[in-house]
Amino acid sequence: MNEATAALEIRDLHKRFGPLEVLKGVSLTAREGDVISIIGSSGSGKSTMLRCINLLETPDSGEIRVNGELIRMKPRRDGRAVPADQAQVDRIRSRLGMVFQSFNLWTHMTVLENVIEAPVHVLKQPRAEAVEQAKMLLDKVGIGDKLDHYPAHLSGGQQQRAAIARALAMQPQAILFDEPTSALDPELVGEVLVVIRQLAEEGRTMLIVTHEMGFAREVSSQAIFLHQGRVEEEGPPAQVFGGPKSERCRQFLAAKLN
Amino acid sequence: MSIEFIQEVLPRLLGGLLLTLQIVPLSLVLGFALAVLVALMRLSPNLLLSGLAYGYVYVFRSTPLLVQIFLIYYGSGQFRSFFQEIGLWPVLREAYWCAIIALTLNTGAYTSEIIRGGIQSVPWGQIEAARACGMSRLLLFRRIIFPVAIRQALPAYGNEMILMVKSSSLASTITIMELLGVTRQIVSETFVVFPTFAMAGAIYLSINFGLTRGVQWLERRLSPDLYRPRETGDAIAH
Repeated sequence: MNEATAALEIRDLHKRFGPLEVLKGVSLTAREGDVISIIGSSGSGKSTMLRCINLLETPDSGEIRVNGELIRMKPRRDGRAVPADQAQVDRIRSRLGMVFQSFNLWTHMTVLENVIEAPVHVLKQPRAEAVEQAKMLLDKVGIGDKLDHYPAHLSGGQQQRAAIARALAMQPQAILFDEPTSALDPELVGEVLVVIRQLAEEGRTMLIVTHEMGFAREVSSQAIFLHQGRVEEEGPPAQVFGGPKSERCRQFLAAKLN
Repeated sequence: MSIEFIQEVLPRLLGGLLLTLQIVPLSLVLGFALAVLVALMRLSPNLLLSGLAYGYVYVFRSTPLLVQIFLIYYGSGQFRSFFQEIGLWPVLREAYWCAIIALTLNTGAYTSEIIRGGIQSVPWGQIEAARACGMSRLLLFRRIIFPVAIRQALPAYGNEMILMVKSSSLASTITIMELLGVTRQIVSETFVVFPTFAMAGAIYLSINFGLTRGVQWLERRLSPDLYRPRETGDAIAH
């Protein structure tokens, strides 16, 4: 991989929902192997920013590059931007894993079927190979014994670990985590964080929107504090969590720790 | 009611049943295909498509099936030269096909609403997860939206199938010798009223018994997640 090419690059992203401007020009660069945690109070735009990267939200303006490839946009009749080439968006999405707050497993499929679904139908991987890989991944996230279970029969922590396995099965170049532990009972948070930490140690490129400050500080190589749609503070976690220059970031962290 | 009478008329009733068992599944299959198309049109952002779908559903749900059957069977005769020109007359000439068309259009309207409800009840998060994997719109529909929608719609669709079995008896009004047609013929020949109609009723009852069990079986097969987990055997209330 070319050193100069960032795994993910966002430049000057703007997004508005009606009268509310959620993102007011945010930028971010993730190199290969970076683990970037994105923190901020609710409404700061952190989830929207993450969801813009794989076009689950369409940014109004700004540039998104995945491995150097620019996602092409074009203006719609009303002036808002839409993807110029849906096939390009689908292809880029297939290279980015996403883990959602509410797991979003497909309820009509077993855990194993959830994990092999996209590899088989999007990547056209041979089924036997996909099953083999899925079993390995489910073992890795610690639910290798739940292959034939339906999501409804699993705990939240198990569902989220299945969702992580589903994301990994696409062999993504980067994984986007959108508050992966926020919907979990406190006693189940740990089992999911263990898995994410393991992925960080493997050197995977990850963006994590989270409220788990201690975890974010430990696993990230970089942290970003968003406030009202702007990047208010960014840098190595020791700086952002240890001695933030921004007063708002200090207040946010103080409130989180109490 | 004597055994001899039953032995005498049962074969004829079963002959009528055979025709019922042709008309109903054929109309259901055609109607279902139509319904999927109409449901998609109805959900389309294109106002013309959704308007057409809405109009069709509105008309066919708001008028009696019997009127629809008469309009198609007797009404088409008035426009015979037109239908001859466009080559549809050989179809509309046959009472059998008129019955199939009326039942198909009727069930298509109801079923499209059932399917629309099913599609709209698919949780948004599951759709997003599929989009995030890079699924194309077609793949998303085929693998996620449709299968989930069908599971949601199945109980209501079971109702519709039962209604269709019963509605098919209206075909007897346009000379179709299906179960009720044969029944009425036997009654008018023998004047044995109660036993004959009772036998016909019992046959409808047993068709729908089988149908109900079939739908139940399908529900459990398609949505094992709604019934019980493998290990514990606890029923899960949803």
